[in-house]
Amino acid sequence: MDTNVAAGLPLLAGAAANPVSDISPSLHGPDRVSSSGRSVPYHDSDVRDWIALLKPRVMSLVVFSGLVGLLVAPGHLHPVLAFTAVLCIAIAAGACGAINMWYDRDIDAIMRRTRDRPIPAGRIEPGAALGYGITLAIGSVLVMGLAVNAVAAGVLASSIGFYVFVYTMWLKRRTPQNIVIGGAAGAFPPVIGWAAVTGSVSLIPIVLFAIIFIWTPPHFWSLALFANDDYRRAKVPMLPVVAGARETRRQIVLYSLVLVPLTMVPWLLGFSGPVYAVAAAVLGLGFLVSVWRVATDRQDATGVSLTNDAPARAAFKFSIIYLFVLFAALAIDQFVGRGG
Amino acid sequence: MADPPRMTDAEAAEFRRRQKGRNIAMLLVLLGLSALFFAITIVKLMHR
Repeated sequence: MDTNVAAGLPLLAGAAANPVSDISPSLHGPDRVSSSGRSVPYHDSDVRDWIALLKPRVMSLVVFSGLVGLLVAPGHLHPVLAFTAVLCIAIAAGACGAINMWYDRDIDAIMRRTRDRPIPAGRIEPGAALGYGITLAIGSVLVMGLAVNAVAAGVLASSIGFYVFVYTMWLKRRTPQNIVIGGAAGAFPPVIGWAAVTGSVSLIPIVLFAIIFIWTPPHFWSLALFANDDYRRAKVPMLPVVAGARETRRQIVLYSLVLVPLTMVPWLLGFSGPVYAVAAAVLGLGFLVSVWRVATDRQDATGVSLTNDAPARAAFKFSIIYLFVLFAALAIDQFVGRGG
Repeated sequence: MADPPRMTDAEAAEFRRRQKGRNIAMLLVLLGLSALFFAITIVKLMHR
């Protein structure tokens, strides 16, 4: 086999019936050094690495909020098209994750939390990850446009563009407001789900967008509090790095005080009923308690936690459950309100 | 110029195992997409 062709088709290159000892690294693109000190192909990734590039844990919350947007929207969408819409949202979110990992591979290699990701760990080439992300991004928007509708595809494309260009490339390394403004990217899914059913965007999906938008800072800053050393080493200007832990805790409380009343708006507008209202109130109370514990964490004179940021870790975990349950309550409320 | 270093048999076997896994995954993705596009086409035709 011609070596140039083989280098251009890495997945096929090893398929020829060559003796094992003839698999030369030169046939498989760039090399890196294995643990045994030998040069081995860069792309000795397995399927799990390609799944990891999609940030599946982030994807789950995105998919769920998109699904809820789709379920609570007035109207009907054929189940096959609804599945396609949710799949497109998931694939687009994964594409954003892959492009983000490609762009942030330098700081991912520095941070303890991210240094075993496929690119910094040397299991996937950066260019391959970028190509993978771009292909999935374009594919998800095209399929959404062709199978569902143009409005949903347009909002999906906007969310990808916002996450990649505005958050990842512009804001993340420049301002402590990175996740405040960038949080908009993660708030799009319910709007996309709603648009998939109705072909339009109205007040309710904008309220759902606002809820996720305001939820993002307390959620992310709780993480930033206990991952502060990582962000400082990587020179990412997260709020605790720039303004300190004390100010971050204050901002977490302020955003939470806006968030909890905001979650009551669907009920106040008459869109949802008592099931959602009670759930939002109880969850909101729990959220305020968890961030109050963050604010009153034992700390030294400079604001550094003396409890290894235990309240921030708990608040981060609770914030994920909070959003899941809040949106589940909204969907259940709609289901009950429509008489099942 | 010296020949590039070669993989040990164990490394080559591991390489092939991962390669097979990727190929199977690609096959499943393509089959899934084919089924999805077929279903979308049928639904679109039914609603014309």
